[in-house]
Amino acid sequence: MAAINRDDVAHLAQLAHIEMSAEELDRMAGELAVIVDSVKSVSEAAGDDVPATSHPIPLTNVFREDVVGHTFTAEQSLSGAPDAYEGRFKVPAILDEV
Amino acid sequence: MTENNELIRLSAAALAEKLAAREITAVEVTQAYLDRIAAVDGKVHAFLHVNADEALAVAAEVDAIRAAGGAAAEELHVLAGVPIAVKDLIVTIGQPTTAGSKILEGWHSPYDATVVERLRAAKMPILGKTNLDEFAMGSSTEHSAYGPTHNPWDLERIPGGSGGGSAAAVAAFEAPLALGTDTGGSIRQPGAVTGTVGVKPTYGGVSRYGAIAMASSLDQIGPVSRTVLDSALLHQVIGGHDPRDSTSLPDPLEDLVAAARTGNVKGMKIGIIKELHGEGYQAGVENRFNESLELLKGAGAEIVEVSCPNFKYALGAYYLIMPSEASSNLAKFDGVRYGLRVLPKDGPMTIERVMGATRAAGFGDEVKRRIILGTYALSAGYYDAYYGSAQKVRTLIQRDFDAAFEKADVLISPTAPTTAFKLGEKLNDPLAMYLNDVATIPANMAGVPGLSLPGGLADEDGLPVGIQLLAPARQDARLYRVGAVLESLLEAQWGGPLLDKAPSLTDSAVSSHGGSH
Repeated sequence: MAAINRDDVAHLAQLAHIEMSAEELDRMAGELAVIVDSVKSVSEAAGDDVPATSHPIPLTNVFREDVVGHTFTAEQSLSGAPDAYEGRFKVPAILDEV
Repeated sequence: MTENNELIRLSAAALAEKLAAREITAVEVTQAYLDRIAAVDGKVHAFLHVNADEALAVAAEVDAIRAAGGAAAEELHVLAGVPIAVKDLIVTIGQPTTAGSKILEGWHSPYDATVVERLRAAKMPILGKTNLDEFAMGSSTEHSAYGPTHNPWDLERIPGGSGGGSAAAVAAFEAPLALGTDTGGSIRQPGAVTGTVGVKPTYGGVSRYGAIAMASSLDQIGPVSRTVLDSALLHQVIGGHDPRDSTSLPDPLEDLVAAARTGNVKGMKIGIIKELHGEGYQAGVENRFNESLELLKGAGAEIVEVSCPNFKYALGAYYLIMPSEASSNLAKFDGVRYGLRVLPKDGPMTIERVMGATRAAGFGDEVKRRIILGTYALSAGYYDAYYGSAQKVRTLIQRDFDAAFEKADVLISPTAPTTAFKLGEKLNDPLAMYLNDVATIPANMAGVPGLSLPGGLADEDGLPVGIQLLAPARQDARLYRVGAVLESLLEAQWGGPLLDKAPSLTDSAVSSHGGSH
């Protein structure tokens, strides 16, 4: 498996929507390289015949009755929002206007 | 003052008895705990928020119902009037929920977690919200955005994490009970290093609805207490099916309290996990562990050795699965729906840039590390090698547990490889910090239940050691049955609870217990 470098971290930070300073990228790249190196044995632990477990105690067909359950009022839903306008979440521009 | 001091040292079970007999009132008990918080939490910093008014109102309501008598008094829950603290990862109406993060500073949930609803239904006064590593990511509470919690045994040391606040609150007699969450050991490891009891129930045994998710396939809410019986009592309040959590087990809850009260290990097979002791474990931890084995043997248990060869991959697999799930779960903190919004200093004001600036300012280093690591493990080209492989390791760990439980009814190990280390000691070495959870992680990977109880003090530093018991999925009752026996044998040896040996915290001369060793 490939090692993780500073460019990778910059790309990942962008994907994860976390702005990072140059100093932070350097530090994070160093730390993550050590962590990634320490977990690489995991890829050699199991053969192709071992199935994956995504959930420790799988349950199937977990449904509820198709009726309206508890809902929040608009006021409740907006109560923690950083910005709201006329009963809706207010966001900055979605698109970068050029 | 003396009287209050006695009240706060009673177990939850003893408080419940005295409340039912009307020897004490719920207001007295709640006030005694609030006084204790006021007296010592400046040093311990277990609480992020204290909920005095509401707690006293609930206590007064319980007292009024008891005083009036009749059917309403008869129907009161056994723990009615017994106060509790709640880890600040669990949402509560009427109090802030921060998850230990700046991104949720001052946020109030519009709903209660299911476990909180159940506490309210039982009329247990909620004393407040306890400190934790940010989003439960850590083993020391040092990653809390609001400053670390201090170990009541030695204020210069870590109380474990992520639930160090809940464990320290209980250890420092600031609460008789607390709720924790355990993703890789966050209930059990703090229990071990603070000389308290903590239980991670079977995955799905307690509803996760209203616990802010870190890793959904690993997270589990559970009880934190000073005695095994108290954990059983609390587990009984919060456990059982919840239709609002699709991973909640539909099974009826076993009588865990009866299991704790009728503890018996005669003829039971208790398995030592070869891979979870010995090399890498502190000598004092090994000594106390071996003593516990002797005590259990003396009580009629048969000690067998089991091998779980794939546990050596558990830590690595955990540090792929947990960050992967965390990176996805934490994507919801976008600066739009709740919590912090930070605007970029310059350039175009698009939502993407606002998100980047918000998450940069709102998340701490460990959270960022795990989000980046998870994003990496899930990215195209790496998914099979990382996340896919880690999921296969999960299968291998489950198989190891299945084989071990063919040979033993319950498994036993030290809860953590060391006693509490100094604050700051491992903060800049993420990998060393991760190793604290080496013995607790396998249970989360497999979904099986685990309990940590105090095993005594390590010879070299006089700090608490934790003993971990593990049972097959859905067999949580076995933990209480064995735990209660071991606890009573150990306390007979010590001449009382281990916490009797902890510093008082109100005597200013005793501020740094471990420093004298």
